[in-house]
Parts: sequence; structure tokens; C-alpha cells
Amino acid sequence: MKANNMKKFLLALLFAPITAFASGATLHLDKAPDVQGDQAALQNGAKTFVNYCLNCHGASYVRYNRLTELGLSEQQVKENLMFTAEKIGEQMRVAARPAEQKQWFGATPPDLSLIARARASEDGSGADWLYTYLRSFYRDDKRPTGWNNTVYENVGMPHILWELQGQQVLNHETHKLELSVPGKLPAAEYDKQVADLVGFLVWMAEPTAGLRKQLGFGVLVFLFILFGVSYALKKEYWKDIK
Amino acid sequence: MSNDCKVDCGRRRLVVATAAVGGVGAVVALVPFLSSMLPSERAKAAGAPVEVDIGALQPGQMMTVEWRGKPVWIINRNKEMLDTLPKLADAVADPKSGEKMQPDYCANDTRSIKPNIMVAVGICTHLGCSPSSKFKPGAEEGMADDWLGGFLCPCHGSKFDFAGRVYKSMPAPTNLEVPPHTYLTDTRILIGEDKKGA
Amino acid sequence: MASDTHYEKYKSDGSIQGNALEWFDARFPATSMWRGHLSEYYAPKNFNFWYFFGSLAMLVLVIQIVTGIFLVMHYKPDASLNANGVPVAFASVEYIMRDVSWGWLIRYMHSTGASAFFIVVYLHMFRGMLYGSYRQPRELIWVFGVMIFLALMAEGFAGYLLPWGQMSYWGAQVILNLFSAIPLIGNDLAIWIRGDFVIGDATLNRMFSFHVIAIPLALLGLVAAHILALHEVGSNNPDGVEIKSKKDEHGIPLDGIPFHPYYSVKDIVGVVVFLMVFSIIVFFAPEGGGYLLEYNNFIPADPMVTPSHIAPVWYFTPYYSLLRAVTYPLFGIDAKFWGVVAMGAGVLIFAFLPWLDRSPVKSIRYRGSIYKTLLTLFVIAFFILGFLGTKSPSYAFFGVIPGAPIAQLLTAYYFLYFLTMPWWSKIDKYKPEPERVTFK
Repeated sequence: MKANNMKKFLLALLFAPITAFASGATLHLDKAPDVQGDQAALQNGAKTFVNYCLNCHGASYVRYNRLTELGLSEQQVKENLMFTAEKIGEQMRVAARPAEQKQWFGATPPDLSLIARARASEDGSGADWLYTYLRSFYRDDKRPTGWNNTVYENVGMPHILWELQGQQVLNHETHKLELSVPGKLPAAEYDKQVADLVGFLVWMAEPTAGLRKQLGFGVLVFLFILFGVSYALKKEYWKDIK
Repeated sequence: MSNDCKVDCGRRRLVVATAAVGGVGAVVALVPFLSSMLPSERAKAAGAPVEVDIGALQPGQMMTVEWRGKPVWIINRNKEMLDTLPKLADAVADPKSGEKMQPDYCANDTRSIKPNIMVAVGICTHLGCSPSSKFKPGAEEGMADDWLGGFLCPCHGSKFDFAGRVYKSMPAPTNLEVPPHTYLTDTRILIGEDKKGA
Repeated sequence: MASDTHYEKYKSDGSIQGNALEWFDARFPATSMWRGHLSEYYAPKNFNFWYFFGSLAMLVLVIQIVTGIFLVMHYKPDASLNANGVPVAFASVEYIMRDVSWGWLIRYMHSTGASAFFIVVYLHMFRGMLYGSYRQPRELIWVFGVMIFLALMAEGFAGYLLPWGQMSYWGAQVILNLFSAIPLIGNDLAIWIRGDFVIGDATLNRMFSFHVIAIPLALLGLVAAHILALHEVGSNNPDGVEIKSKKDEHGIPLDGIPFHPYYSVKDIVGVVVFLMVFSIIVFFAPEGGGYLLEYNNFIPADPMVTPSHIAPVWYFTPYYSLLRAVTYPLFGIDAKFWGVVAMGAGVLIFAFLPWLDRSPVKSIRYRGSIYKTLLTLFVIAFFILGFLGTKSPSYAFFGVIPGAPIAQLLTAYYFLYFLTMPWWSKIDKYKPEPERVTFK
């Protein structure tokens, strides 16, 4: 559905043989599992988000009471997810202060409300980028944080989830990542954990996306009906014209 | 005309059908536009109930908190203040709180849940100014000699007593509004909600 | 012209509504406007698919104005940072997307509407090129049309700055810097336009003013002029023959039919089909794969960091390619200036079509193979230029055929197409036009 835009379509027609070769993707991104229909996964992602991400990154466009759309009650949100605010209508602000963060990391960590939309590119969706990124940290003693990343070279962020994933090293011959110290979670479970977190980030980037698509079907059904009657009307009038 | 009905009626039916379906669509399409003018989530969050701790509020003192952008007064009325209320029954316009300017649980002699604690929206019911407190009886604060204490609206001179009841023949038509509120504990009030939410 | 003496005034039948209508019509040209522009405006009966796009452009204009009115109720043109360290303008767009009820729908309609406007207008212009709609006596309609197109580009550009994302900021940075290429006054002019030494709050506020007041006013006036001029001379048609040359005893063109009801009911069908396509994009692909809402524009404007790849939004890319294609300084003035000239000329040259085209026939149906071939090549060139405009200058087809020289070649073709038209349109073979329009 994403590719459903006029320009791309027309260009695809014109350059079908050309673009097929020309899109020399610079990054190989793993496909992120789509968990948007899975409330349990999104709730789990929300939990990971407030426990790990929200310490440094805000989600300052998202109000806590919006999390009730993931199938949680206000009480559950207040008790389990709301650590940086007093009222349920408040936004998910960061716990740390931006000035301090700039001192620690050399930059203010970006707000994550929109990160899943901002990270989309020709290489893949924002979800794919995040899913790959969060699984591509490796040990690098040359970096001040001790961590580097194959998707985002010399990234300022340390590997926050390392206790779960363990430690990876980059094999300089194969350019592949290898697990050197296992973490709390087996690889498959860690991947699932990241997929849930990414699912939550995707949801957060556009909480109305689900409603938008549902509504779209209704609107199209209506327009089909309107097309039927208006086309019949046109036919009826144009009988006159010879 | 009726001779042409065979042709015309079919045509008319289609015109009506198209106009009806299109009209339904147009009306439904209006909904998002008109609802976008309702209070947003931000306004709702800002207008959310406010929790106030009145543990430190001494008798005879008043505090002001903001709820929905309006000043809400909380007055811990002492004995002298409460004693003025029955005396003014003939001087105020609506002594028994007949007008619905308060929740039912405050339609009593003191216009409050606890007799001493008065909660009122500090906005004059005339044209929306915020009255000033004139708590001292007599002429000390520039009032008349027989003043028993209460509030005076600086804009058009409406006077209110310690229960927010308006004096007779004042520009303000009704008593001050008592917002919905509830006691979470003995010293914590939630302003903006009748009883504890789910 | 539908002058107010041409049509009889409304006569009451004695009823209350009738009397009210008579009173009104005696004081306002209601009847004459209705009849002159709708029920007795005779349009050729052989309009095809291409003739939907004029009324669709009107529809999109209405969609943009209505959604725009509601967006302005919540949007704030303010580049200063809020408590969360985000520019107020950017945050107000997200506020619309999340906190305003149905704000997301209104915003997506507006952002999709912008692209829809250009698609519809490009197709509308192409229709004119297919059937010679710009030819005598319709030169002025066409010139007004080119002015509408220019106003639309200005509107699109000003509007694109408002979300105050990275693409908004850096796109405006690049385009407004083009003014500095003008010799002598360029730098001062660029500063005057920005109202600051960089793109800033002043720039944002004036673009907001242009976008919501100045340009829409101009646009509405131009649209009115475009339609009045059209209704003065009458519509062209796919055969390019003048229906007014063959009239019946009442002076009604033999091949003409009243716009209302025939084309009003037909246009409703076109509108519904358009709304289907529009809805599919709004509800299922509002980002349009990064072409309608660019990914980098989900990051707030940051004057310290330029995104690695910036390109204008798709509807500007053919002209952006013209701009980039010029790399040689001329007459001692640097290439940037000539690039700007090329871009401006690329748009304005359309206005001269009525005088460049010397063919004895209007419609492509009766033109020879030269016109058909060259016009096809022009469309292909336009698409490739547009495609290359979305890519970086170092882009290469298949990774080997460099895009930049191709863009230069196509730029040359673009201008040669117009400049040599007086010659080749005259020598091209043609078939005789029919007496009457063809209608199956």
C-alpha cells in the first residue's frame, strides 16, 4: 500500500527496468515483524520503552492517557508505566534534563515520538531501521561509551539493552556480528523483545494509524455507492445527447 | 408535464438518490471539521481535575488554585465567618441556594461539603471579573461600617458573603459557582470531579 | 459576455418565494450568472477524460481552502523552542496530528491535497497541449493559467516551510539562497526576503502570511479571471474545431450542450473517482512513500545539521533539475544565476505557447508525426527531469550511466522544444480538421 502513490507508480511504469537495478541500497535492514495488531506485544513494548528509553529520550508529543488505546486501564498506566509525570494527561517527558544529557553524551538524545517515521528511507521502513539498529550494537573500545553500531556508525548512544542481549563483537573478516557474552535472553527472545519495542515506537509515531485505515475502508465503500448512483445519473442525462 | 413522467420520473429519482447519498456524505464530512473545534486533548489535560492539599490551610485563611484556567478559592472559614452566614439570610439574594450554582451536595446553608471549607470559583457571575477578598468586618478595608466580611468585585461592585452568596440588588445575578469537588482524604480535595474516578 | 441585459430578469409567479426571487434578481445578476455560466453555457459535447481536470482543480482548491481554514485554527508559526526543546511550529503540527480531534485527517487532506493539486494541474496543462487549447482565441485563458501555476508553486513553497521540519528548513534555505545569485543586489535581496541573515522566525511568519492570505487571494482572483475568459470565448474540445462557427436558428452551437445539467452530472462522476484515489492516499498512504510527506520532515528543523540528502518535494523536481543542469558561468556571472534563470524560464516559457505554435490545426488528432513525436519526447523528458530532481546530482542509472549529463541533455531538449516550435510546427504535416466535432 505504501507504494500507492501516483509519482512512484508513473515512474515505475517508465523506468521499470532501470529502477530495479538503480536502487543500490547502502544498508541491509532486517524486516521488522509487524505487531500493530497485537496488543500484548505493544504493551510489552511500552513497558520496555518506559523502563529503558524514557530515562534519556522523551516522547513529548504522546500523552500517557493515550496508552489506554493499547488496551490498558488508566489505573494500569498510572501504576506500571507512568514514572515521569503526575497526571495521566501529561506528556511522556524525559526523566533526565537536556543540559545534563548534552554533557554526558555530547548531544541531546532525540525525542522518540516520531522516530519510526523519521527513520524511514529508501533502505526500508523506520521500523526495519530501528529493529536492525537495536540488534546491531557491538563492543568497540575506541568509542567513549565502549559501544558502536553497524547501522549507525559511531553512534553516541550506548547499548542500553546489553544486559538482555549480551555483548556482540564485530568480526572484521566477515563483517558480521558475533555474540561474545550471552545476555539474559536467548537471541530469539531478545529479537522478540526488540520487535515489541519497535512496534510500540511505530504505534507512538502515529497512534491514529489503525483508525485511519479502518475509516478508509468505510469511506471507499461510501464512495463506491456514490459512484454507482452518480454514474447512473450521468448515463440517464446523456441519453439526450446524440 | 405528466405526459413526460415516464422519462422524467426516473431521472428525478436518480437526482434525488444522488443528492441524498452525496448529502449524507457531505454531512458526515462536516463532523471531523466541526469536532476539530472542540477542546483538544491538551485542553482536556489542562482542564483535568486538580488535587489540592489543604492540610496547611489555617482557619480564617484562603488559598487560590487554578482549575480550567480559572481561580478556585478554598476558604477555611473560622467560627466568626460561619456565624455571619445566618445573619445575612435577609441581605443576600438567594440564601437557600435555590439557583443551581452548586452541586446538589453543596446546596445547604454553608454551600459546602464540610461546613468550614468553602470551595468556589472566584469569578463574578456578572461579567467575569475576579472579586477581591474583604475579610475584615467594618470599614477597615474600605467597606461600609456594617460590612460583615466577604468579597467585593472590583469591576461593578457586586458583594458576596463568605459562602459566595451575592447580596441583593447587585449587578451579579447569582451566587458564585461552587465547582464539583470531592475529598480524597481528610485534607486532600479533588476539584473538578464529583466522586473518585474509576 | 453574459451581460445582464442579455437574459430576461426573473418574473415572479405570484408566490412568496417567487416575489423574493424577483426582488433579488432585480438587484443581483443571479439569473444571468446561472444561465450565462451554467445552464446556457454551451460546451462542446465531445469532451473526453482529459476535460475532468479543470473542475477537479477547482475541487482541490476548495479542499485546500477549507482544510487550511481549520488548520490555521491550531497551527502556530513560531520558530522558538517550547518547554520540551521543540520548535513551537513543529510541535503545533504534531499537536494537530494527535491532540486535536480529527486533526490528523484534516492535516492529511491538506498535505495530500497539495500534491493532488499539482497532479491535477499538470494533467490539465497537458490537456491544453494535446488539443491546442491555448491557441487563438484562448491565449489569455492560457496566460492566466500559467499565472495560476506560478501562484500555485509559490503557495506550495511557502506552505512547505510551515511544518518547520528538516526538509522544510533546508529546502527553503536552498531555494531562498537562489536569490543571492542575482548580480549586485542578490545578497541584500535574499536577506530582505528572509527578514534575517538565516531562515528564521521572521521568514516563517512571512511565509505563513503569504501562504494563508496573500497567495490564496491572488489565486482566487486568477481562477475567476481564467474562468471568465474561458466563458467569454467558449471551450475548446478534442477536435480543436470552433463549435460557435456552426449554430442553429436560435444561435445555439449545433455541437454545444448546456454545461448544466450535462457536464455538471458528468463532473460529479469525475469528482467521485478523484475522491476515491484521494481517499486511498489519505487513508492508506499519506506519506506517499516519502514523496508526499518526506521522512526527514518528521525531524524538527535544526539549523546546525543538514540532512544528508535534500530534494524538493516532487512537484518541483523537474524545475529543480533545470536549475541544477546549468553549470557554466556566462557573461562573467556565475552559473547559479543562470540556473535560476533556467528554472524561471522553464515555467514562464509555457506562457508563450500560443505564439510559438504555428500549426494550422489545434488538436493532436489532426497533427503530423513531428508534433506527436516531439510532444511524447517532451513528456518523457519532463518525467526523467522530475525523477533526477529527487536524486542527488551524483545519481547514476544502473549505477553506471551518470544522471547529471542526461539532465543537461534533457534541459536542452526542454527549451529547444519550445524555441524551435515556430519552425517545426509549421512544416509538420497535418490532416484537415472536420467541420463538426466527432462524437461517437
